[in-house]
Amino acid sequence: MRGTRIGLAVWTVLVMAFLWIPILIIMVYAFNGSVLQTWPIESWTFHWFRVAWDEPEVRNSLWLSLKVGLAATAIALVLGSAASFAIHRFSFFGRESISFLLLLPIALPGIITGMALNSFYVFAGVSFSIWTIVIGHATFCVVVVYNNVLARLRRTSPSLVEASMDLGADGWQTFRYVIWPVLSTALIAGGLLAFALSFDEVIVTTFTAGAQTTLPIFILDNIQRGQQLPVVNAVVFVVILLTVIPVVISQRLTHDSGLLSSR
Amino acid sequence: MTEVVEAGPSLRGARLRLSAALWRRPWLKAAGLLALPVLAFLVVYVGSLAALFVSSFWQVDAFTGKVVHDWTLDNFSTIIHDSVYRQIILRTILMAAAVTLTDAVLAFPLAFFMARIAPRRLRLVLFVLVLLPLWSSYLVRIYSWRLILAKNGALNWALNSIGLPDAGLAYTNTAMWIVFSYVWLPFMILPVYAALERIPQNYLEASGDLGARGWRTFRSVILPLALPGVIAGSIFTFSLTLGDFITPALVGGGKHNFIGNVVEEQIGINGNVPFAAALASVPVLVMGIYLVVAKRLGAFEAL
Repeated sequence: MRGTRIGLAVWTVLVMAFLWIPILIIMVYAFNGSVLQTWPIESWTFHWFRVAWDEPEVRNSLWLSLKVGLAATAIALVLGSAASFAIHRFSFFGRESISFLLLLPIALPGIITGMALNSFYVFAGVSFSIWTIVIGHATFCVVVVYNNVLARLRRTSPSLVEASMDLGADGWQTFRYVIWPVLSTALIAGGLLAFALSFDEVIVTTFTAGAQTTLPIFILDNIQRGQQLPVVNAVVFVVILLTVIPVVISQRLTHDSGLLSSR
Repeated sequence: MTEVVEAGPSLRGARLRLSAALWRRPWLKAAGLLALPVLAFLVVYVGSLAALFVSSFWQVDAFTGKVVHDWTLDNFSTIIHDSVYRQIILRTILMAAAVTLTDAVLAFPLAFFMARIAPRRLRLVLFVLVLLPLWSSYLVRIYSWRLILAKNGALNWALNSIGLPDAGLAYTNTAMWIVFSYVWLPFMILPVYAALERIPQNYLEASGDLGARGWRTFRSVILPLALPGVIAGSIFTFSLTLGDFITPALVGGGKHNFIGNVVEEQIGINGNVPFAAALASVPVLVMGIYLVVAKRLGAFEAL
């Protein structure tokens, strides 16, 4: 038994190293003094952050990514929480298929969602704009909020709402003083995860952006062409921070993975 | 007096009556809450999938390059009869299977350690350490491997420094296998962890009391109860591998095509949406079958 435990612990350390070493390596490259991306790194600099910040293409794509992330998160919050309320509170015909429908955008490969929306836009004659990207991102962000809120609702006693109604509160008061305090952290956590998901999404974006450049598209284009790699490395460093921070906060708020709805 | 109050424009009264009416008729509230998200989803998402499906029966005019709305099965017949596409589909499915298997093997012992052995504090730390890579940019993580596997990258440096020759993995199928397994690994760890954590301790004690040794308990109690978690994880690893085109593009070097990057090329370079749609229906079909089987095996309860 003791041998098994030690074996499992060693395995855990090795797999964790496998998970984390590439992330640490790519973060270190942001400080590479050379324009050649070789290992080990010979000289160190902060120079590339300055260069990246002064690059208008980087700024524009960062700005677009932030706007898309915020808009997609807002839509996800409204639709995701409405759906989770309904699914949690009522049982009705087709309830299971609605859960399934919401899960579809993350269960199907991203390329399918991207292509499907792409052909829909072409079909309906919609020209590409920030909103075509936002809709694309919202499809898979909804389920994140939905899972977080649903998990919280399942852990909340329904008698709280009934007690509030019995004491004479109307729907709004019940929401403001009973439901909101219980749900707020789940909503914030779901929103943060949705933002993190949208901010670095690249596959659906490829098909819904047209000629627009979000930050991940900027990174992908330049990696493929082998251009401006030092700038890309600096941008990558910032992208990692901007996705890691919301996830850490959301984890502190809920202790949920955001992927699995714990019940 | 009461008549005056009721006749007056009392917002609070109206709100009370509305919430009471909704309380009495729950289906009305359900419909109201659900109408918006479901409509949005139906129109945008399912409508898009339908448009995609329909367009797979169209074709592109060879001269004008425009999509012609003539109904034809040509796209599907090319995919079925052309050995190039058969090979691409087979290669992609085999890769997805290999990646899923690798991730299951890597994830299971780790998830077991997290769920059953690690003390509470360590468990929380490990959980966050798995969660962060899952949510952090997968494009960035693939890019990192491109640098690591390159000729002058960290892998060869590490090998050389202990006296081994270069690995020569850059732009190979092996590289793709490693990178796919790497990027989807957290998607396997979390559901397996959730399944293992839910096994009540007294099941294991009962198994021990009934005379089962460690291995027997593992095979007859732990494994069957963890299986839905593994299958739930495999939905992600399998589906994500089937549709990805970034990994083949960044670490595969374009020597061997996969469904994802052929579809992407057909749209991006050739502008042949109908053919891309027909080819993309392959992963949808495969995942459809996979999901039905997974549902039978109880994986949805583990999601």
